Formats: sequence, structure tokens, C-alpha cells
Amino acid sequence: MSQVITPSAAPAAALGRPRRDIGIKRRYAAERRFRAYGIAAILFGLVFLFILLWSVVSKGYTAFQQTMITVPIEFSEQLIDPKNERASNPQKLLTANYPVLARNAVAKVLGVAETDRTAMRDVGLMLSDSVRSQLRDLVVADPSIIGKTQPVRLLASGDLDSAFKGQINLSVSENNRKISDRQVGWMNQLSEKGVLAKHFNTGIFFNGASSRPEAAGVGVALIGSFYMMLIVLVLALPIGVAASIYLEEFAPKNRFTDLIEVNINNLAAVPSIVYGLLGLAVFINFMGLPRSASLIGGLVLTLMTLPTIIIATRAALKAVPPSIRAAALGLGASKMQTIFHHVLPLAMPGILTGTIIGLAHALGETAPLLLIGMVAFVANYPTTPLDPSTALPVQIYMWANEAERAFVERTSGAIIILLLFLIVMNVGAILLRRRFERRW
Amino acid sequence: MNMMSEAAVEKALDQKMNDVSYKMVGKDVSVYYGEKRALFDVNLNVRENTVTALIGPSGCGKSTFLRCLNRMNDTIESCRVTGRITLDTDDIYDPSIDVVELRARVGMVFQKPNPFPKSIYENIAYGPRIHGLARNKADMDQIVEASLQRAGLWNEAKDRLQESGTGLSGGQQQRLCIARAIAVSPEVILMDEPCSALDPIATAKVEELIHELRSNYTIVIVTHSMQQAARVSQRTAMFHLGQLVEENDTDKMFTNPDDQRTQDYIMGRFG
Amino acid sequence: MLLLTTAVIAILGYLAGTRRALALSGGRSSTMHSRPGYYGSFVAVWTALPALLVLAAWLIISPAVINNVVRSDFPAEALAQSSATQSLNFGMIEGIARGLNALSPDETAQAERNPGDLRALMGGRGVAIAGDPEPYMVKAAIDLNRMRMLNSWGSTVGVLIVAVLGALISYRLIAPRFRARNRVEHVILGSLILASSIAILTTVGIVASMLTEATQFFHAIPAWEFFFGTVWDPRFAAAGSGGSEGQFGLVPLLLGTLYIGFVAMLFAVPVGLFSAIYMAEYASPRLRSVVKPLLEVLAGIPTIVYGFFALTTVGPFLRDISAQIAGLTTGNYTSFIQAQSVLTAGFVMGIMLIPYVSSLSDDIITAVPRAMRDGSLGLGATRSETVKRVILPAALPGIVGAILMTASRAIGETMIVVLAAGVAARMQINPFEPMTTVTVKIVNQLTGDLEFTSPQTLVAFALGITLFAITLCLNIYALYIVRKYREQYE
Repeated sequence: MSQVITPSAAPAAALGRPRRDIGIKRRYAAERRFRAYGIAAILFGLVFLFILLWSVVSKGYTAFQQTMITVPIEFSEQLIDPKNERASNPQKLLTANYPVLARNAVAKVLGVAETDRTAMRDVGLMLSDSVRSQLRDLVVADPSIIGKTQPVRLLASGDLDSAFKGQINLSVSENNRKISDRQVGWMNQLSEKGVLAKHFNTGIFFNGASSRPEAAGVGVALIGSFYMMLIVLVLALPIGVAASIYLEEFAPKNRFTDLIEVNINNLAAVPSIVYGLLGLAVFINFMGLPRSASLIGGLVLTLMTLPTIIIATRAALKAVPPSIRAAALGLGASKMQTIFHHVLPLAMPGILTGTIIGLAHALGETAPLLLIGMVAFVANYPTTPLDPSTALPVQIYMWANEAERAFVERTSGAIIILLLFLIVMNVGAILLRRRFERRW
Repeated sequence: MNMMSEAAVEKALDQKMNDVSYKMVGKDVSVYYGEKRALFDVNLNVRENTVTALIGPSGCGKSTFLRCLNRMNDTIESCRVTGRITLDTDDIYDPSIDVVELRARVGMVFQKPNPFPKSIYENIAYGPRIHGLARNKADMDQIVEASLQRAGLWNEAKDRLQESGTGLSGGQQQRLCIARAIAVSPEVILMDEPCSALDPIATAKVEELIHELRSNYTIVIVTHSMQQAARVSQRTAMFHLGQLVEENDTDKMFTNPDDQRTQDYIMGRFG
Repeated sequence: MLLLTTAVIAILGYLAGTRRALALSGGRSSTMHSRPGYYGSFVAVWTALPALLVLAAWLIISPAVINNVVRSDFPAEALAQSSATQSLNFGMIEGIARGLNALSPDETAQAERNPGDLRALMGGRGVAIAGDPEPYMVKAAIDLNRMRMLNSWGSTVGVLIVAVLGALISYRLIAPRFRARNRVEHVILGSLILASSIAILTTVGIVASMLTEATQFFHAIPAWEFFFGTVWDPRFAAAGSGGSEGQFGLVPLLLGTLYIGFVAMLFAVPVGLFSAIYMAEYASPRLRSVVKPLLEVLAGIPTIVYGFFALTTVGPFLRDISAQIAGLTTGNYTSFIQAQSVLTAGFVMGIMLIPYVSSLSDDIITAVPRAMRDGSLGLGATRSETVKRVILPAALPGIVGAILMTASRAIGETMIVVLAAGVAARMQINPFEPMTTVTVKIVNQLTGDLEFTSPQTLVAFALGITLFAITLCLNIYALYIVRKYREQYE
């Protein structure tokens, strides 16, 4: 055997024998190339993460400011209730022509003659339609205001808002944009006088749906999302924990539990839209629950989140060392007591982290909600989970489909709000994990 | 293997030992894992065409030293090596020395057999292929055959070269790993407890193999078993708590060691 | 209200049970089998559980019973009508019944005598009724109301009796040798099993509900026309226009889905895989701890945000840049990439999928034993040679599994394609043109007014079951591969 000695395997008997050429240079070039691919791939991902966030933030941060016009408004009795019949006919106050009040007030500041009809119309277009309800609410709340003059902060129209924020290209021919040169002139005039200015936009947080971008907000959607998250939390956490405890601690290892295992893993990867179809068929068509209700949204999202929570909980339970179970069982505790008194508290941080991450996913989920009719124009706050409502991501979807320029800003603003919620939740999950992380 | 040739080899080696030539020289080698120091100024020379055994209790630094010899410690993030180790005349930690080239010259066999999940043939061909040692298929076939021959695995494996290397028995896998190391024709082969995962029969085969390889390669072997060290090595180095206690001829080491600690260890008082 | 009362009885039962156990033990708890709390819980469980079961059964059965009774009083000619008309009539009776609750007793009596007045009476109370009711309807409505009233009283009393009975019986059972803890634990175990069967129920629910609706669809449209049809043109589900049936060809949608998914994978797989390799093999722990979570942020961003990004940033950008390129090469500044296109949707989806590929592959690559790496490095291989020739081949099955899982995500993705891929169901191969997908069509067919009988609506369920079947196969196969892969190295 040992006689078989090939030249290439010859003993290195002599010192300083010639170095073999093993292509070091070429191979190191390949090594560097390979590394560069890796770095390039990571950079690609990070750059697009940055572009994505930047594009949303740069488009959306302006949504948190709104152009407002503060003018003294004369609640002239002549215009609101010329025949003084408000005592007998309460409808009168509701149907009065309030926009004219606002228009006249602005025209007065600008020095536009009330007789110049086209100019007056243009002035009117600078104000949001929402001034009608704003002034109406003021008057209805306090009819004694009629006849007095009081400064009021009015919403500017969406187009004026865009122009004031510099989002409209003014070099384009006047006919091709929604705001005329004259209006721009007035805008600058008002701005110089301090009448027109940007203010923090509380409306975006509290208002309901509106076809006017300047008056639209995510208030209803926030409530809807809140209800849904509440339902998901209340249902998915206990059910998920109970299911995991059974599967991890009690279930015998047989074909049936194997099936459940595969099934749960599969459910975690089923397209979310399928859950929407399930909700539509079962909750709405079969059980007859009302469409667009956040209850159904919550139920659908619960089913969708459940596998995630179960997987996270099982991992957390598995991480609790068997020695703890053995110690408790050895003291005479029943299996149930062992699990509920010892194992579960130790696994709790992991379970909560998984739950928060599951909730965060559910919060951003859109597709299933579209199918169960949450694409609804809801202007009023829902009071119970059975009322029609919408959700934050669905609101984003609806606004994204709007054509108006100002809605792009709103959409980005809503996305920022959504992302902030998600960041808070995820940071919470990370902190929880850091705080309670245990090394066994 | 016949007695004559073995005797001849012994003789040649004995002659060589008189004018000792060192293949690798370690001077003041210290190793740190992060803040923890694992080796303390070890000075150990490895003689050419000799089997050097490194023995000592667990955690004494023998494996750490072994891994310094082909810079496998580089793969551990927090590890830092100081001192000087030369291969022939080259300082292996010198920036001009390439670690790839070094490892092609100083091969390594690990504690647990770790064949790649490839065919037996591909396992052997892996090293020559990455280093470009074979010009063509026939060349490669020859290298594979020669390596398996030297590792004493040819007869068992020649009919199943295309089968997966992971399908072999533990002892065969370890010999495959040795064959894989030989295929690159290194000058030094490092073995890190190569038999610890094997049964006695497989161990005997590997020991026999080490014995044969000695004529062509410089071998450094870490072992837990003093009997093994006595059987396969000519020189033995004893480590304790990160320090080199004693380095001597194996015969002397096991009969009349210079250091009391070696004596104690060999007598089984600790370790 | 009823639930609250039951809960109160249960709590009382708990307290009483605990007290009795304490009394029986005479202060020395060791004489009892279980701790007092368990006896209390035992009573509470026996109070609430049977009561809730009775309530649930009552709620499920009683509406059917009431309906049957009311229907049995219908005149013969009403019963002779088609089932659709009957259910319409019944809906009207429900409406009347609801309206009647708003009326005063006098008015109700008047309505009973004179059904013609009913509409006017109810109109005065702000209750609108679809049409003029027939006499039997009013009578039926009154019956309905009466029975509902009785029913709710009956159920309340029944449930409360069961609750009290349960409490008393279980209270009597308490004795020192009585194994209350074991009983309670059995109930808990039962509820745990119930909870874990919800996962199964969900799958069963998905399959059953979609199969039912899809079967209805296949009654209207033959299955082969759906699966092999090459034209998608469902028309509108205008009420009453039963004659205009559209064409429901799955092929163009499926091709669009696969094409967009393919383009997405074309971006996601190389980028994700190389990131994973770099992260697992090269990156220092510090870099890894920063970059890995950052990349995973991409997976945490809701898909609607990606959709919006595609719609407002990527799409217009690709369109404009293609116009520039066309202008520079041919002098004609018309864009050859449309804002909504396969490329736009695929590209943005690809970005979304990067973290899926990278974190799954990262796990797989790090699962390759260290011994493999050492073996290769010990032979003098460079890092990249080790990765390319040893680690990737060893990890290949797992990586294939990861890619299949990602592909299943790509196929089921909805919001990006809804906003960025377009709605035109076309069969073509130009990635710069819009195409549509199965998910887009499900959304299209199900937003707006629904009619659960028209094929235009039901087709969504046929699409859904197709989607479910495809992703199920991908997922199960991928899970199987990955599982086998992990076992290999355990």
C-alpha cells in the first residue's frame, strides 16, 4: 500500500521546496467579488428601505400642518336669518348660507368688492367646504352670536393648501392648474397680513372621512382599528396561549397533533386575503353579522393572528427548561399547576413579544378588510364594534385611490401615523424582550 | 506492509533525528479569547517527519495551540494570537503569508469526522479542485485514488466513489477526512483528537494510518488518550493550564518524565 | 344581562364552595383532597358551563323552531310560492314585526283589523316598509313578536334554573375525599383542547366555505371554462340582467400572478440570498445586530405602504425614466414603461420579500454545522469557496424551501398588486405593461355591492380556493423540505 506514491503527493522532504501555484491572486479576486455582492445586496435593501421611508415622510410631513385663514366673521343676521324666524323654525339655522359669511369676511380683508361676482366666486373657492358645518355648529351651539363679529379660524381649500405649501408648480400655464394667478396673489397678500398661516393639523387625527382632502382625517379609522386590535387581543391571546399549552405540554405525539402542527404552520402562511373570503362567507353570509363592522374585522384578524401567536408561544414555552417542570412536579404539584404557576409566568415575556408582533401585523393588514366591506365612507364615529367603521390601512387604501393632489399628502400623513404606531409596538416588543431576556 | 520496509523507515527516521530539523517553530505563543488568556508563552518546536503528540487535561490549551499552527483560530471572532510561529522559514502570522496558502501546506483533521455532504470522490477532489492541483480529469482521478490508497480506504471505497461520504461508518469517515487532507499534499497534518468519536477497531485503523503517514508528513496530533500518544508519537508535549509543561521523546516522557506534573498526569493523579 | 346573572351565580357558587370546603376541613386543609379554591371553582364551573351550553343550544335551535311555527300558519297560496319569494316575504314579516314594536297597543290592534293602514302607521313612526303587506303577514308578524317574547323569557328562566341546579348539585358534592382539583383540571384541559382545535376549525372553515360558494359558481359556469378559459370578462353584476353572463377565464389571471411573482423573486432571491450569506459568513456580530433588524423592518412595513410607494413613487419614476431613455435613444420621448406594470409591482414586491428570503436563508445557512466550515477552511479554501462549494450545496434543500415559502407569499400578496399592477386581465409577455392577478380580481369582484347568487360575486371564491390550493401545496412542500433539512443536522 505505502509504495503507491504519486508525484503530487510526494513527501516534502527538502526545505524550501518550490511553492506550488494555487492561484492565490485569482482566488482572492473572486473572494473580494463575492464579498462585494453581499455588501451590494445589503445596501440595495437598506437603500430602498430608506427611499421608501423618505418618500413617505417627505410627502407626508406637511399633512400635519394645515393652511388656515383666520378672519373676523360677521354673523350677520341678514344673511343667516333675515326674517327672524329661528325661534319658530329651528331648521332655519341649519340651512343658512354660511359659506357666504366666510367668503365675505375674506373678501373684506382682501378689499374685493362684494359686487364683483367672479372675484367673489374665486375668493369662495379659496375656502374649504367644511366652513359651512364649522360656522353652522358655532351658531347652533350659541345662537346669541348672531349679529356679532368674531374671529374664526377657517380651513383653506385643499388646492390653496397645496399651493401655500409649495406643492403646486406655479410655472405651469394658469389653465392647467387648479388655482389661478389671482388666487395666488391673494394668498400671498393674506399671508403677509398674517391672516393666512399654517397651523398644526389636529383634524387629521380626529376627523372622519370626507371627500374634501383638507377636512379628511383618520379619526374613524383609528377607532375602528382600535376596536379590532382590542378584539384580537382579547380573543387571540387567550386562545393562542391555551392552544399552545395543550400542544406543547399535553398533546400526545401522534398523527393528529402532527396534523395540527403542519396545519398551524400552513395557516401562518396562508395569504391574508383568504381570511377575508372566510370572513365574508362565514361571518357575513352565513351568520348574518353586519358588513363593515369592526367586530368582523376583529374576528378575521384574530383568526389570521392566531397561528403567529401560537408559534411564538410554543417557542417561549419550549425555552423554559425542563428542570423547572421537574422541580415543580417533584414537589407534588399537578401538571396543570406546574404549567400555570411556573412555566407560564416564565414564558410570559416571550408570549407577549410574539403577541405584540402579531398585533402589529394585524394592524397593518388591509386585504381581508377590503373584502368584508370596511372600504366604507364613514364620517361618524362608531360607538360599538357593530357599527360601520373603517381601519387605518383601509383608509390609506381609499385615500391612495383618490385622484386629488392633496390626498397624496393625506395618505402619506396617514401612513406616517400607521408607521408610528407600528414603531411604538415593535419597540415595545424589543424592550420587553431585552428587559426579561433570560439565559438558562 | 512488510516488516522490512517499516524497519527501513524507522532507520531513516532515526538518522534524521540526529541532525534535528524543525518543520514548525513556535516561540512565545500566547492566545487570548477576548479578555481570557488561553495560552501562556508556549515555546514548542515540531520536528519534521515526526509524529508529535500534544497531551494534557481538558482545557489545557493543546487544541488551541494546534489551531494556531494553521491559523484556524482566525475563524473565531474574539481570538487573538501573539508570539511567532514559523513554517520552515516563514512566519505564518506575517501579513505577507496568505492563510489560504498556509492551510494548503498545513492540513487539518478534526475531532468529529466531518465529510462534506458530497460523494466520496468529490470529498477528496474538493481540495485539489479549489487549489487547482489537477490539470485534467485523469489527474484528479489519480489524486483521488492515491489519497484513498494512502488513507487505506481505497479497497473499501473504490466501488462506491459516487456514493455520499456521509454514508460511510464513523471510522471510514475519519479516514476519508484524512484522505481529503492528504489530497492537497500538505507538508504538515494537524489532527485534533481524530479518534475521540471512534470505536476501538476504527481507532486502531486510524492509528495504523498515522504510523504510515509519518514517513511522508509531519504530523501533530492532539489526543486525550495517553496510550494513543505512546503508540503513535515519537515526541510528546504536555500542556497544563495553558502552559507547556514538558516536551520530550515519547519514550522518555512515559517512563521518566522531567516534570513532576507530567508524572502525576501520566499516573492518572489528575486530568 | 343573562350572562351577567349567570356570572353572578357562578361567583356566588365559588364563594359558597370555598366556604364549605373551609368549614369541612375545620381549618386543617390537609384533611381535604384539594385546596378550598378548587372546590369553589368546581361549583362555579358546574354553574356556568351547563347554563352556557343550554343558552347556546337555545340560541341555535329556537330561531329555526319559531320560523317553522310561523311558516306553518301561512295560507296555502303563500306556501305555494317559490322559495325565493317566500324568503322575501319572510324578510318583510320581520320588518313588520320590528315596526310593530314601535307602535302603541291601540295602533297594533288597528293594524290587525286593517292591514292596509299599517304602512301609514309605521311611516308616522319613522319605520319604512318595502311594500303593502298582505293580511296574513301582519298576523304572522304579531305571532312572531309574541313567540319571540315568550322565547326570550323561556330561555332566561331555563338558563337560570340550570345554573342554580348546577350550583346546588355541585355544592352538595363537596366532601373531604372529593377530588375537586382533578375535576376542575379536566375542564381546563378540555378548554385547552377546544382552543387548539380552533386552528383546525379555521382550515376546515376556509375549505368548506370556499368550496360551498365555489360549487355554486361552478353550477353557473362549468369548471373547465373557469380553469382553462383564456378570457376574463365578468361583466357587471347588474341586478336583473341575468342574461349577460361574462367569461371567467382563470388563465390570464394566473399568468399575471405567476409573472409578477416571478419578477419579484428575480429581485428578492439574489438580494436576499447574498444578504443572508454576508450576514451569516462575513458580518461582524455588531454589524449583524444593526443590519439584520433594519432589513427586517422591510418585512414589518404593511403591504399597503408598499402599494402606495409603488403607486406614487416607483411607477411614475419608471415611467419618466423610460421616457428619458426612449428620448435619448430614439428621440421620441414616449415612455415604454407604464406606471402600472408588471415591473413596478414585481420590483416593489421584490423589495418587500427581501427580508423573507434573507432571514429564512440566514437561519438555514447558520444551521449548517460549524464542522463543515472548519473542514473546508482547514483544507485551505477561502471563505467564498467554502460558501459556494460546501455550505450552499449543503443548505440547498433548506434554501429551496425558503424560496418556495417566499414564492407563496408573492402569489398571495394583494395590496401591492391592487395598487401597482393594473386591472386589465391580459395575456402578454412585456413586463412594462400592466397585467392583473388572482388577488386583484378577488378584491375587484368583492368590493361594492354584493349579490351572493351572481357568478360575478361567487367567482371570487373559486379564485380564492385556487389561490388557497396553490399556496397550500407550496407551503406544505416547503415545510416538508425544511423539516427534513433540519432533522439532518440535529
